[in-house]
Amino acid sequence: MSDTPLLDVRGLTTHYVSARGTRVTRAVEDVSFTLRDGETLGIVGESGSGKTTLALSLLRLLPPGARIIAGAIRFEGEDLLAKRESEMRHIRGKRIAMILQDPMASLNPLFTIGDQVGEPLRVHEGASRRGAWERARELLGAVRISAPNARVRNYPHELSGGMRQRIVGAIAISCGPRLLIADEPTTSLDVTIQAQYLSLLRELQRAQGLALIFITHNLGIVARMCDKVAVMYGGRIVESGPVRRIFGAPAHPYTRALIESIPKLGDSNGRLTAIEGQPPDPAALPEGCAFHPRCPVRLEKCATERPRDSVVGDEHRTACWLHG
Amino acid sequence: MNGSRAAALTVAWRLASFRSRLEGLPAFPIVILGTLALLAIFADFIAPHDPQVGLLGERFRPPAWQAGGSTAHLLGTDHVGRDVLSRLIFGARISMTVGFTAVIFAGVVGTTLGILAGYLGGWVDQVIMRVTDAWLALPALTFAIFLAAIVGPSASNIVIIMALVYWTRYARVVRGEVLSLKERDYVRLAIVAGCSKRTIMKRHILPNVVNSSIVLATLMLGVVIVTEAALSFLGVGVPPPQPAWGLMLADGKKGLMAGYWWLTVLPGLCIMLMVLSANLLGDWLRVKLDPQLRQL
Repeated sequence: MSDTPLLDVRGLTTHYVSARGTRVTRAVEDVSFTLRDGETLGIVGESGSGKTTLALSLLRLLPPGARIIAGAIRFEGEDLLAKRESEMRHIRGKRIAMILQDPMASLNPLFTIGDQVGEPLRVHEGASRRGAWERARELLGAVRISAPNARVRNYPHELSGGMRQRIVGAIAISCGPRLLIADEPTTSLDVTIQAQYLSLLRELQRAQGLALIFITHNLGIVARMCDKVAVMYGGRIVESGPVRRIFGAPAHPYTRALIESIPKLGDSNGRLTAIEGQPPDPAALPEGCAFHPRCPVRLEKCATERPRDSVVGDEHRTACWLHG
Repeated sequence: MNGSRAAALTVAWRLASFRSRLEGLPAFPIVILGTLALLAIFADFIAPHDPQVGLLGERFRPPAWQAGGSTAHLLGTDHVGRDVLSRLIFGARISMTVGFTAVIFAGVVGTTLGILAGYLGGWVDQVIMRVTDAWLALPALTFAIFLAAIVGPSASNIVIIMALVYWTRYARVVRGEVLSLKERDYVRLAIVAGCSKRTIMKRHILPNVVNSSIVLATLMLGVVIVTEAALSFLGVGVPPPQPAWGLMLADGKKGLMAGYWWLTVLPGLCIMLMVLSANLLGDWLRVKLDPQLRQL
């Protein structure tokens, strides 16, 4: 494996600007991370912490009004922010694939499975309809759908939720991407299917050697799936590092609080600890550290000065005055 | 040998799949529209009389089964002695062509513009929808008269006028539908998968709005035919000696109070059957195009 990481994000900043330019929402602020081939990065955070905006920024698919203000995104050594829209189109779906929040609704009701799994192949590789169907059969096999020859002819409504889920997975890997971004892909599934789907994703990842960015608010999934974790709060990464370090020795009070709020089996005496207060309004983030109004161990300067990013261990960084 | 067998098999398979596609085709509208189409095509051979020439001595003959009727004019004659049956048969030609082509023209234009406005948004949407608003503010009939006065009355001009007047209805409905469709996850997935806007509009938006367009088209067919009748009545539609159902209906109105019912009821019945058939056919098509309904 070469030294240059697959994905290198530096100081990425994305803002939503209202129509008159009066209201600025800092959805993603100065985010940096790297991802190597085959690695899995979990991005964790509450609603409104900027997870999804971050994912969309990587693909440059921001809604109108959102703009990448600063930073750099290098993918396989290429600067994605310098690319033209038509060049980005050749990257989306071919080299970077994405699975959306609700894969159940991600299939067009009017087309057969074969057509939909084959669509990226036809768009990106100019495959014929017949060739695309042929590949679609193989892909359905790869995501462990039984009787792929019959399934390609089915319509989405004829399949169960779990199967549709797998088909969305098959669409994502159809062009052999290097990076797969999964934006809360399991929130709409029930727990048993969730587990199946996660192991399928891991399997695909291993078989194809692809890097995975897993966006979720479920720490349990992160512990199971990921090599590295980045915890987001108020648009910034407040802590990042290898999974073991984060769960074993969380450095940021927010991470600690998140881990404490996971219900544990067999722990019947203690009540669940919730994090006090509300997540901040991304349009009006507090001064200093965004977490300070809710922080149980805040210092005086937390309210006025933003903490610097500091190294607390091997590849383990946090932005907190307790460690600064 | 082997090749020809394979070819024969392919042909057989194609036929079988074509037949399965026609499955459940409702008989009534097919029979009605088929008959009307045949009458329209072979009007020259079927019609017993010249539809444009009448004998003044034969004015207001009632249909054959009424007192005073004769078998020479099965459905009677009109105010200048022209054979009503022949005029209905030739009228099918004009009314069907005008009706269907106008509806399809308007549908294609309106649906295309509606998709562009809804999907692209921004200034494209603004331009198209403001034009549509202005268009809809004009009373359809007045607008049609205005256009007819400019281009002059003829059957082919009527088609263009109707398309120009009625495309806005489609654009409105389709745009609304597209606005909700483009927020669906499968459209988002197509964007994420790197499809171009054109591909998305063609493969993901269009097939999903075509249903609404078809339903609207079957409704518009009736409106178009009645508008055509009104234009003819006002003298800016299909020019008078030619037989069009709408025109016959309008002409016949004068005789209604005098008891010459066949002059209005018969063309009215033809219009009704055609519109009803188109509606039923549209309904069948709507079900056929939706894979979820198709299996029920």
